[in-house]
Amino acid sequence: MNKAPCSIAVLGLLLFCSRSWGEFVVEVTRGQDDAIPIAVVPFSPQEADAGTFDVAQVVADDLARSGRFKAMDRKDMIEEPHNGAGIAFDDWRRLGNDYILVGLMLSQGGDRYNIIFELFNVLNRQRLLGYQISANRTGMRLASHQIADMVFDKILGIRGAFATRIAYISVIGSLPNKTYRLVVADADGENPHIVMQSNEPLMSPAWSPDGQTLAYVSFEDRLPSVYVQVLKTGERRRVSARAGVNQAPAWSPDGKKLALTLSTRDGNLDVYVLDLGTQALTRITDDPGIDTEPQWSKDGQNLYFTSDRAGGPQIYRVGIEPGDHPRRLTFQGNYNARPRLSSDESELAFVTQEDGAYRIALMDLKGRGEMQVLTKGRFDVSPSFAPNGAMIIYASRDRGRGVLALVSVDGRVQERLVASEGEVQEPAWSPF
Amino acid sequence: MGSSMTKMLSIGCLCAAAALLAGCPKKATTVEPPAAGTQVPGSSTAAGRAGSTTMTPLGGDAGAMGAGAQGAGASGALARNVIYFDFDKSDIKPEYADVISAHARNLTSHPNLKLKLEGNTDERGTREYNIGLGERRAQAVRRALMFQGVAQSQLTTVSFGAERPAVEGDDESAWAKNRRVDMVYTP
Repeated sequence: MNKAPCSIAVLGLLLFCSRSWGEFVVEVTRGQDDAIPIAVVPFSPQEADAGTFDVAQVVADDLARSGRFKAMDRKDMIEEPHNGAGIAFDDWRRLGNDYILVGLMLSQGGDRYNIIFELFNVLNRQRLLGYQISANRTGMRLASHQIADMVFDKILGIRGAFATRIAYISVIGSLPNKTYRLVVADADGENPHIVMQSNEPLMSPAWSPDGQTLAYVSFEDRLPSVYVQVLKTGERRRVSARAGVNQAPAWSPDGKKLALTLSTRDGNLDVYVLDLGTQALTRITDDPGIDTEPQWSKDGQNLYFTSDRAGGPQIYRVGIEPGDHPRRLTFQGNYNARPRLSSDESELAFVTQEDGAYRIALMDLKGRGEMQVLTKGRFDVSPSFAPNGAMIIYASRDRGRGVLALVSVDGRVQERLVASEGEVQEPAWSPF
Repeated sequence: MGSSMTKMLSIGCLCAAAALLAGCPKKATTVEPPAAGTQVPGSSTAAGRAGSTTMTPLGGDAGAMGAGAQGAGASGALARNVIYFDFDKSDIKPEYADVISAHARNLTSHPNLKLKLEGNTDERGTREYNIGLGERRAQAVRRALMFQGVAQSQLTTVSFGAERPAVEGDDESAWAKNRRVDMVYTP
């Protein structure tokens, strides 16, 4: 057993100074047929009051939401073991489980608990994980997501992304009195906090590579400006308020530069790179068409972007060194826009038009550039990869309302996050 | 605070008058100082002032004759201040020639007037690309006005893309009303 990771201290960091609001209802619209059956047994609290936070339920929900696991219904459990010694493996095997997670919560005084958990392979009785996590009450949810991450990683060999976050824009109210909010929540939509609120539009949230800062567009001055805001402190800085368009910020992999879209006086949109330290501005594209929606390559040497230089919008890639000529990447269909890269840069997600509808498409960048349409909605836009590349979150429409939706990169798992109020748009998944 | 209040009121008068003369959409009658109702939780702004504020000018006949249509005798064409566009298009349809000409005459005969051209799209497509389409529409109106002698310094553009629809709805009748350039006289 490892030394350090044995006890992961979970700090209940109060990241934002604002209240929570609203809630999401998760609807799995399409699951995976061969999902792995797992029993997540309720963790026993040593003291009654610890039972008010249900760690096992959050873990089970995370695993089920991934579509790769099928969590056993608690009603069907005939016993509740809390450690390996108490597991009657034959019974759990007969109930159809491949894996079982058991756990125990021990009070450490105050509102702090030690969560001890073990993962077993039911078929060969092998212990796969055995750890303890110390967490206070505000850290319980994060601790639960971290447990789910470890289970996911151990069984599938894919790093879990349950303990990450999403940023999105929420629009409350009706014309002409709308309120726009920039919100950060856990990846499951829980624990939402308002980062910024305005009576004028907010757009295009983008995470810094370290997950500490968001860049976004605000029309609070009735003109677009690009801001960067540190989540922990609320400190924010206006980094671009040039005449005309200031849009579509994207962080360079080293977090020192922003790619963004600016316009000349006659309204020509091009992609630029702004050095946040020196304020130096470099023009990257120079074409009379609309060039926008930039996204950095992993090595920081190229930008993917949307351009309608050839008629309809298509996706291009250009080197940031002067003189490089953009190369067109998409050829199928007459509308392909807003590229987003998977973290290993093997896949490109973007919005495509198909039968008059806007849908999320995926293109293989390593192979022959084949394109696959993943969704079936009419207004599916703003795709964003989970940092492990397994899922894509995007904005969709459900009964006339803007909602968030998720799809696995193989298209087999689909679900919706329906907010209790307002329209939700432009999700951006945080880095690890 | 006093001077900004005065400014607020005068903007209110101007806009109320413009609304009367031009029949502008309801949106234009809500005037806010920059950043009103903007909150950054945790920042000093939010800490210093509780809640958000929304300024609304008084309705009624305040300032019956605003700068918006000074002495131009608010003709039918000048009273129209929205140009609508076809899907994915930014060329101005012939039916708007009178509207453009009326505003061009108003601006050239009153060089102190300033006009803001707000480009908008319907909701379809990606948000940032729509900002580009909205800007293209605003620029088309700007160029048309400049062809008729309006000084560059009198015109500004902004694109809201699909972010500020005139009407809600996801059918063609709503979309047609949202693909537009709003012409807003500013102080």
